[in-house]
Amino acid sequence: MDKLKLIIAREFMTKVKNRTFIIMTFLGPLLMVGMMMLIAFITKNSMDTTRVVSYIDHSELFTKDDFENTKSLEFVDISNLDLETAKQTIKETEQYGLLYIPKGESIEEVAKNISFYSAESPSVIFTEKIENKFNNKFSSLKMKELGIDTEQVNASRISSDLQLSNFEGEGSSKLINGIKLGIGSAAGYMIMLFILIYGAMVMRSVIEEKTSRIIEIIISSVKPFQLMLGKVIGTAGAGIAQFIVWGILIAMLYAFLLPIMGINTSSQLSPEQMEMMTEVTKNSKLEIAIQEIAKLPIATIVLSFFLFFIGGFLLYSAMYAAIGAAVDNETDTQQFMIPIMMPLMLGIYIGFAVVINDPHGTLATVFSMIPFTSPIVMMMRIPMGVPLWQIVVSLVLLFLTFIGMIWLAAKIYRVGILMYGKKPSYKELWKWLRY
Amino acid sequence: MNYLLQTKKIVKTFGEFTALNEVSISVPEKSIFGLLGPNGAGKTTLIRIINQIAIPDSGQIIFDGKPLQLNDVHYIGYLPEERGLYKSMKVGEQALYLAQLKGLSKAEARKRLKYWFDKFEIGDWWNKKVQELSKGMAQKVQFIVTVLHEPKLLIFDEPFSGFDPINANLIKDEILNLRDKGATVIFSTHRMESVEELCEDIALIDKANKILEGKLQDIKRQFKTNTFDVGLSTTNSDVLQKELAAKFDIEKASFKSLEEDLKLRIKLKSEDSAKDLIKYLNSKAEVNHFVEVIPTASDIFIKAVQSNQKTTK
Repeated sequence: MDKLKLIIAREFMTKVKNRTFIIMTFLGPLLMVGMMMLIAFITKNSMDTTRVVSYIDHSELFTKDDFENTKSLEFVDISNLDLETAKQTIKETEQYGLLYIPKGESIEEVAKNISFYSAESPSVIFTEKIENKFNNKFSSLKMKELGIDTEQVNASRISSDLQLSNFEGEGSSKLINGIKLGIGSAAGYMIMLFILIYGAMVMRSVIEEKTSRIIEIIISSVKPFQLMLGKVIGTAGAGIAQFIVWGILIAMLYAFLLPIMGINTSSQLSPEQMEMMTEVTKNSKLEIAIQEIAKLPIATIVLSFFLFFIGGFLLYSAMYAAIGAAVDNETDTQQFMIPIMMPLMLGIYIGFAVVINDPHGTLATVFSMIPFTSPIVMMMRIPMGVPLWQIVVSLVLLFLTFIGMIWLAAKIYRVGILMYGKKPSYKELWKWLRY
Repeated sequence: MNYLLQTKKIVKTFGEFTALNEVSISVPEKSIFGLLGPNGAGKTTLIRIINQIAIPDSGQIIFDGKPLQLNDVHYIGYLPEERGLYKSMKVGEQALYLAQLKGLSKAEARKRLKYWFDKFEIGDWWNKKVQELSKGMAQKVQFIVTVLHEPKLLIFDEPFSGFDPINANLIKDEILNLRDKGATVIFSTHRMESVEELCEDIALIDKANKILEGKLQDIKRQFKTNTFDVGLSTTNSDVLQKELAAKFDIEKASFKSLEEDLKLRIKLKSEDSAKDLIKYLNSKAEVNHFVEVIPTASDIFIKAVQSNQKTTK
């Protein structure tokens, strides 16, 4: 046990003291926040630019009020020009484009023949905005033509709002489902990221011991199994430390830098999110949402995240360690990476494709039980409410598989660390298992 | 005789390949034991089994009177042939770590390391990284780490490789010193002159089998061929040489001498004795040089391995 502690301490210290590791620990959040700010900055600027659009209205259905300037759109009336001249003129200016509303027999005919001329194809958002503008206008014109009172129609418009509730009568808001999904996805994604970054670190550490030829000295003092386990735990410790530092630094950077940069976070939200925000601010909704968040199985989520995180990392890093032991250098690891990458990718795909739509369906349930995908898929399901027995079964399977895997990995490790020179095949690994 | 280590009918196979076939060796206490054999004979596998790095398929190892146990690694020091250190770790830190893995406390390890670093005059390396050291320097650190926990059994696999003659001598003296203090040493090498110099007992392994074991002296006696180098001074050496050729197997010999002698290597037939040869030579010429040709460890190695390979083919 003392030796295991020594190994863990050494692995942890060498990782933490490594210059690249230190630089990445502090530079990582800066890069990340910097990138996000850059994106925010660019989006903000692009939203601030005002597009100038000229229009020719030959239909005489529209008035000046219909082409009201907004923050992002400015309209110029050039109805006195004919289309061909206008096209030539606009082409030579910096304007975004030319809107042409032809003369027509009926509203329908006009509506079908409106054109927009521009140098580059316009953005989807822009065309949608314009189309909406015309649709509204034509509808009200048509209503007038049909003798329908627009005011009555407007008064008859009622927007419904689905009140969600369970059979016990406890209300819930739609917002909470988004939050649940966010928590689940973040947890699953973090587990995958952690496995990829720090699993590879375990592998490199094994390869380093092989290439520096210290391995035989070490394993004449400790069992290979102890060395492998110590390596995995020590690296996990260093990884968790780095993750925590990242989390704190990112939070701090956001807190300090955002006000300085003058970027209002809410301006980055999409209209749907804005809608949700306004919805929440309606008092009753907000209350329900807060109640809902409080009612989320926070303890279960945190505890299962911890367990699946540890279990998943141990399982995969045992595989990484075995791969590291089997090869002499990192370039030879490629062929063995598929068994690691495939299940991880599958986990993420299943998570985003299936769990989102049907969190408790057969496919999602099965993949949240299979140990190689369960840390990711189950973590995405848990915030949606998963029966405790499923979580327990999944965890038991995960840890049993880990024990089996580390037993197999230790056998490959034991033989592999003393093999030099040749790149082993899967067949040879199979043979090593029986030495 | 007391044996510190005995292996009993150790068998180890890797798939179809047999690395060790019922190998039994007995290493006497407080002596230097040469474990010899051509490349690929199975020496390293045997050493790894003794170090519990590899597990034998069958057979038993007795260490210090009891079956070998996991904790016995604390009483064994092993310097493998393929050796290295963590490149980016500092020398002192690394030595402390390795010593603690062998069961020493940190304080004790530090104290002993100081003693050895002073002895080898490498005290100022403590804070250097291994990648800044030369190969010979790193080897010194490795030697210290191997012996630091004062093990009962020391296993050196090619300990002198990478050392210049001065440092090789330093290490050799330390090995003898450790033996005198009561350590038992297993010494595996291809450098036969150091076997000659250091080993009291040897075992020779070839193609997974032990083909020879015992006191080096006894083995030499067993391999001697009743051959003598003689230097004779006579007025008519041609005649004498012809006479001798008729009686014995002779060939030209070369050794250093002051006189312009007739130098011959004479191999006696089994019925002759050295005494008779001297008498005979004395009657014919002045004998300036008369030495029995003792087989060197190298001769024994080559002879034994060649005859083994003939029989197994």
